[in-house]
Parts: sequence; C-alpha cells; structure tokens
Amino acid sequence: MPRHLLEVENLTVRLAAGKAARPILDGVSLHVAQGETVGLVGESGSGKSVTCRSVLGLFPEGAEADGSLRVDGNDVLTMPSARLRELRRRDVSMIFQDPRASINPIRRIGDYVTEGMRAGGVSRDLALKRAEELLESVGIRDSHAALRRYPHEFSGGMLQRVMIAGALAGEPRLLLADEPTTALDVTTQAEVISILTGLRTERAMAMLFVTHDLELAAAICDRIYVMYAGRIVEVQSAEGLFNRPRHPYTMGLLAATPRLDADRPRGVPGRPVSLADALTGCAFAARCAHARPRCGEQEPVPQVIDDAQVACLRAEELFDE
Amino acid sequence: MSEHALEVEGLRKSFGAHVAVDDVSFSLPPGGSLSIVGESGSGKTTTARMLVGLERPDAGRIRVGGRDRSDAARGKATRLARAREIQMVFQDPYLSLDPRVTVAACVEEPLRLHFALTTQERRARRDELLARVGLGEREADALPRRLSGGQRQRVAIARALATEPKVLILDEATAALDVSIQAQILDLLAEIRRDTGVGYLFVTHNLALVRHIADDILVLYQGRVVESGPTREVLAAPEHPYTRLLLHSVPRPGWDPARIAADRRALAAALGQPPLQHDPATRSVTK
Repeated sequence: MPRHLLEVENLTVRLAAGKAARPILDGVSLHVAQGETVGLVGESGSGKSVTCRSVLGLFPEGAEADGSLRVDGNDVLTMPSARLRELRRRDVSMIFQDPRASINPIRRIGDYVTEGMRAGGVSRDLALKRAEELLESVGIRDSHAALRRYPHEFSGGMLQRVMIAGALAGEPRLLLADEPTTALDVTTQAEVISILTGLRTERAMAMLFVTHDLELAAAICDRIYVMYAGRIVEVQSAEGLFNRPRHPYTMGLLAATPRLDADRPRGVPGRPVSLADALTGCAFAARCAHARPRCGEQEPVPQVIDDAQVACLRAEELFDE
Repeated sequence: MSEHALEVEGLRKSFGAHVAVDDVSFSLPPGGSLSIVGESGSGKTTTARMLVGLERPDAGRIRVGGRDRSDAARGKATRLARAREIQMVFQDPYLSLDPRVTVAACVEEPLRLHFALTTQERRARRDELLARVGLGEREADALPRRLSGGQRQRVAIARALATEPKVLILDEATAALDVSIQAQILDLLAEIRRDTGVGYLFVTHNLALVRHIADDILVLYQGRVVESGPTREVLAAPEHPYTRLLLHSVPRPGWDPARIAADRRALAAALGQPPLQHDPATRSVTK
C-alpha cells in the first residue's frame, strides 16, 4: 500500500482544562495522497480549521493533542522544533482566509514572499528573482514593481494571490488552504481557484482545502470529508456526496445551500454544537430529523457503505428507505 | 410619485478620481424585494450607504415614501424621521452590535429614540420584536458574546425593525453565517416581509442566493447598472456578458474556474478597463 503524503489517525485535541466541555477534535482520521485534492467541509466550530492548522503543528495555547499526524511518514506531534520549522518552510504551506489579516501591513510584498527563502539560506538577489517569478505565476501584473509595494496597495483578490505566491516559495508538496476564497466575491473566487487548480496540476501538489461551501468543495476536490462538532461524519467522492449523501447532516447541508437550479433552501433546525456543550452519543442527534433515542446515547462508529464512510447509527436503514 | 417605497434617480458618487457609483437609478415598490449584485468595487455597498445617509451623493435624487432625502438632513427631527424610514442590517454580526449592551437594551434604544412610549409599553414592544425574530427572555438578558452568529443577526434584524421602516437594507447580511443558519434567517426574513409589508434591498454578490430572496435584480459593474429586471427572467436569460459571468462564477459540479477567469479578463478588456489591481480608493473597492 502506498504511503500517503498526509496521514492523520485518531487525532484528538483538547483545550486547556475549563475552556471547553468537549474535545475540539474528536478522533479525526484522514489522509491525502500525493497530488490529491481533498476537501474538509463543515460549519463554524466543526474543527475543520483546527485540523488544518494541526498539520503544521499549530495548536491552540495549552491544548493537548493525542493520536498521530504524519507528513511523509514523519510524526508532526513529536517533531523537534527545528525540524518543525523546516516542515513549515519547505514541505507544507498554508494560505488563510483573510490576506489582510495574515500579511504584515508594514512590510513590502517582496519581503513577505522572500521571507521563507531567506530563512532557508537563499541569497537576497536570488530570492527576489524567484519571488518575481512566483508573483507572475499567480497573475500579478508588473511583478517586479509589485515587490516594492505594500499590502494596502492591493485589492483583496490580488493580495490573496500574493499570499499564494508566498506559500509556494518553499515548493511545498502539500498546500493547506483554509477558506482561501471566503472573503472574495464570486468572480474573484473563480480566478483564485483557477490559479490553485492550475498550480496543483503543474506541480503535482497535494491540497487540503477547507471550506464551508459544499458546492465549491465538490467543484474542485477529489474526495470530501464532512465534519461536525470535531468529528468526521462522512467521507465520499465529491460526486457521491452530491448524488447520494449518507449522513443526515450532509443531507441537511445540501438542502440548506442556496442553488441556482434548486428549490428554496431549507434550514437545519437548531444551532451548531458549541464548545460549552458536552457530547453524548451522536453530536448531530439534537438537530437530526431521523434521530432515535439511542442516537443520544451511543456514539456512532464510522462504517463503510458502498464507497462512502459514514458515522451514523441509522445509515443503513436510512439508505434503504 | 409616492407609489414607490424607495426611488433612486441618477445617483453618483466619486472618491477622488475614482467614480464608485455612476448614474444609478432604480425603484422598490412597497413590500418589494430588490437585490443589488456585483463584485467588490461595483459600487453596491456605496449605493446602500448613500441610501441610509452614511455617504453624501455627488448627484442624483433619493426618495423614500415619496419624500426627498437627497440633501443633507437639517436638524435632529429630520434626521430621526429619515432614520425611521430606512434601516440597515450589516454583514458582520460580531462587529455591528455593541459588546457591552444587552440584547434587550439594544432593541429598546431605537424605541426610546423614535417613539414616546411608557416604560411598560416600550418593554412590551421590545418583547414583541424579539419574539418576532425567534428570541426569548433568556437571550434578552444576554450580552452579544453569549449569542451565536445567527442569534446576533436576529438581534440586528429586531433592532432594525423597531422603527417600523418602509425599507430594510440587508448588506450581505447572511454572508457571515453558516449555510444551515443562513437558510433559517432567509425564512425569517420572508415571513417578516409577508407580515409587515417592509421592502427589502439585498446587497450581495451571491446569485444563487438572489434567486431565492429577490423579486427584482439590479446588476452593477464598475459603478454602473448593466442589467436589471425581474430576477427570474434575468437569471434565466441574462443579456449582459457581465451578468452571464456572474452566473457562471457560482460554483457547481462541472464548474470551470479557468474559463471564468479568462472571460472576466476578456470582459474587462472589452469594456475598456483593466481588471482592478491596485486600490484607487481607500475603502470602496476592498472587501
């Protein structure tokens, strides 16, 4: 069996005592193969961003992590800090939702894009030359002049391209994209996504794409993990997820998403589980139209049905209906 | 003409050399629902801000319920009267509520400002408004930080409805919410419109959403209206290439982002303006 580039097994993350009644990640297992694009979909508080950050060894202060998380076979959780820095600089890069909050506003664009390369010992001239090429590859016009500009001189969409250029500087094999287009409008979103998918093909780069937008995830991902309250509730191919969602939460999300060619979106009753809520049984039971008393008592174990993996006690019955 | 809840004619606003809104006209019937769509920098938010008096138009007329409000308000009474007629719900419920004011006090504030009610009447009206948006006593006593994003947006809607406005402007009001919660808020807004006859002006870039919330649509591109009409018709048979681009941009299976990116550049070139790279104005084009 080929080893996956990213392998997460049974990752559980607990906040410092007294800060939360439940783990923020609860037994998360996922993998991303070389060159594969994998989606991580869920609503606020589902743990998708925490999962994404944990790949870089970034955890909330005082948090405790159990399980294993390996990049190319190396366990990130036990990695010494020097090696962890190298991992962040070279093997795995991350782009965040809000470029304006993630790029130092008082440093020039050139400094931002070359920072990782300079830290890795690349000479200033070479790093700047490389940065210019990178900016050009993400569609920044007049990239030479752009190196001297400041973040405030760019629109949101252009600054997101700058962040992508910075993330590519270390030639990463895995790109973590945490809602990279959520702050952008739809036409700009399409441009940024086309840059990401183009780079993925050119560089055979793997991508873990975090989003709350199922439609977007389905449009660009090979496989999708659906998260709810720190747990993975369903895994399927993008196509399978749309045609035959197996978990009631996935069905609810699909029905709630406004679409051009569908009926009026229907909301999922109730609200997402907060960190202050302790969980027994299935985390979605309180909002689920199909819940039975046992759903509130017994935690569902992921089971494989056809090509899908689903964590629902009633998955098989519901599918037969 | 007083048959319109809101009527806008030849609205224009520039920031320095950059024309953010250029000759925009539209009207909203009482109890109607109009959506202004466009990308960042299209002028949709600047238009909304002029309607509520947060920006002064350089030219053009704004009439609400037949009354002109194009000139700056003189005196407190005029300002209050104008504020009563149009209210606004902002995108980010985490920024638009005062973190130190309880939900109850937040909804009572406009009641105190706009109506001469006894304490008892005011409280009754407050509870009615909160019940209207699905919030109870427990939420009324809470500070915003105790509430979820969806609950906060319900508070913002209750506060906006307190003045019994003719028009409610919703500036990307559900964009920051989870989809399962967004759908709940859309249902609530539909109910409120049906029951109270308030008109809605939705400002959004999400065409998939517009299809479900707005009777009419106004498409802005670089500050100008490029297409308008009944939502159903415009979305079924868009005439302007920019409207088509917006429609194609909505992610769905089989979506081709590279083609959209190419179309967008071709469109910008054809319409004689390069795609925006650097901000000409400090605020209007950034998101």
